[in-house]
Amino acid sequence: MEKQNVKGWLYLLPALLFLGAFMIYPLIDVFVYSFEEGYTSASQTFFGVGSYNYSYVLHDIYFLQALKNTFLLVVITVPLSTGLALLLSVALSSIKPLQELFQTIYFLPYVTNTLAVGLVFMILFKKTPYSDGLVNLLIHCFGGSSVDFIDGPYWAKMFVLCFYTIWVVMPFKILILTSALASVNPVYYNAAQVDGTSQFRIFFKITLPMISPMLFYLVITGFIGAFKAYSDAVALFGTNLNAAGMNTIVGYVYDMLYRDSGGYPSYASAAAIILFAIVLTITCVNLLVSKKHVHYH
Amino acid sequence: MKIVLSHLTKKFPGRGRGSKKKEDVTAVNDFNFEIPDGKLVGLLGPSGCGKSTTLNLICGLQKPTEGQILFDQEDVTELTPQKRGVGMVFQNYALYPHLNVEQNIRFPLENLKGHEKLSKEEMRSRVEEAAGLVQIHDLLDRKPGELSGGQQQRVAIARALVKLPRVLLLDEPLSNLDARLRLQTREEIRRIQQKTAVTTIFVTHDQDEAMSISDLIVVMKEGVVQQIGKPQEVYDNPANLFVAKFLGTPPINIFEGRVEKGSLFIGKEAVLQLKNIPDQPVCVGIRPEGFILQADGPLSCALSRPEVMGRDVSIVSTHPASQNPAIRSIVDAESCEHLVGSTVRFSLNPRKVFLFDKTTEARILFETI
Repeated sequence: MEKQNVKGWLYLLPALLFLGAFMIYPLIDVFVYSFEEGYTSASQTFFGVGSYNYSYVLHDIYFLQALKNTFLLVVITVPLSTGLALLLSVALSSIKPLQELFQTIYFLPYVTNTLAVGLVFMILFKKTPYSDGLVNLLIHCFGGSSVDFIDGPYWAKMFVLCFYTIWVVMPFKILILTSALASVNPVYYNAAQVDGTSQFRIFFKITLPMISPMLFYLVITGFIGAFKAYSDAVALFGTNLNAAGMNTIVGYVYDMLYRDSGGYPSYASAAAIILFAIVLTITCVNLLVSKKHVHYH
Repeated sequence: MKIVLSHLTKKFPGRGRGSKKKEDVTAVNDFNFEIPDGKLVGLLGPSGCGKSTTLNLICGLQKPTEGQILFDQEDVTELTPQKRGVGMVFQNYALYPHLNVEQNIRFPLENLKGHEKLSKEEMRSRVEEAAGLVQIHDLLDRKPGELSGGQQQRVAIARALVKLPRVLLLDEPLSNLDARLRLQTREEIRRIQQKTAVTTIFVTHDQDEAMSISDLIVVMKEGVVQQIGKPQEVYDNPANLFVAKFLGTPPINIFEGRVEKGSLFIGKEAVLQLKNIPDQPVCVGIRPEGFILQADGPLSCALSRPEVMGRDVSIVSTHPASQNPAIRSIVDAESCEHLVGSTVRFSLNPRKVFLFDKTTEARILFETI
């Protein structure tokens, strides 16, 4: 028995070594950095140990802006994209002709490059002194005045960022949900039909609970993904996100590490740990809620 | 409630398009039947004979291509399933896995609207009544996944009965149960049906099941009704070769035979003397219990072995004119004590012998002298 155990650990060893070197160690290191005050990567020295880094980050207006942006993004895009994906999936599974064509079309954004799509969005929404983007032309059609979505007011920029994020994350959700819907045994619908169940009730009492594990998976990964948003904002507003007021937490971490003011690994680490704490909390809340509403069978 | 099926036909469009299009498949072909009020009817046939389709037509999950369905005087052919007031038990029970037993049984009641709407109290008493009927009181807060097959079956029946349906439909109700439970459950179904007196139709491919509990059985083959009647009548008086073969365990023994000058020949032996029958080749069906061991009987078979089954003995033998590889005959244990040698001789009980036309397979009635 003992020998078997040793063998098992030996088999696991290569993977464990890699995990240890490239995951566990950096994680611990980030945690340690976040408490080292005045650390500079050039001299690799620090003054003391304490919570100053956290206090600095939490009082930094750029961080607070990034925090606000990230929260807005999460709160708006996760429910909206999941709800819309559910709606589209239900619609997709209830049509027979051209179903596969539509599925392909809805999946296309998933395989396109983020930056390329960002460029397209920028062209669609941009307004220059000489020309209006397509969206602004549309607004004109309905009698509105043009808005600069890329360099204009905060709400307009936020709108574009949310719109873009939803558009990018939808395909995967639709893919997962259509297959979840297809896996529900039609005999339940037959039984419900014989018992005179309304379509509304069938959806909420049968379909939703049946696909709840998949839905829950999408919500959890959606939350985590949205909290880690960065490249989407860069694609739309360029690399100087602080100037645009559209930074995200991950963007702030990156800036602290590398951008012009860069070279502050301690602040970056503290911000990263704060993000980790937020994501952990949200995920735990999700898990607690799911105990009651998600049905595994 | 009485159910009338008149000229009921269901065709499914053939697959493919253009020149590759296959012919329509007729699952149910001109089904005519009046099911009397409060009876238990078994739809019986091999798989693919249209019995499940018939059930789906009655409950409204499928629409007939032609024909009518009447519940008493009311034409329900065009009604949706929910308006027909039928309770259905599906082959795999279709219990909602995320709801517990009580919620499952209550589900149909919560669908009721308007003046039919029930108060919470009424619902609880109805659920308890239904649960009591199938004796699952102590399982109400379990999930379907925590129940055995037999218990799930009971829950499914309770769910079908709780809305007091006019008709109860069961699709292969016993096929997912093991042999022992099957015997128990079929008695249970009979008991529940008698207690509620609701007109019940159930589908099965197992003739034993259908024979044992039905008031009436309907034997189907390839969408066409072969025979309708009380189980014993159908067994004693099969309309054609198919019905004769389908009913009975062990199955009926079929021989190639011919009628010549008033005698029925199997091989070279004249086994029965008949009246008023023209000479013709025939198929002879003999029920296992139609053989009588007799030292100077007219039919001789090559003895393979006797199989002791307790009270009775099944004698396995062969005969060159037999269509079955082995002939099974059931005789008293006592009468076969003097089985000796390699040949066994039988005389036949004419009431257990049926003649069928060789081409149409229809029954040929005869009288013995």
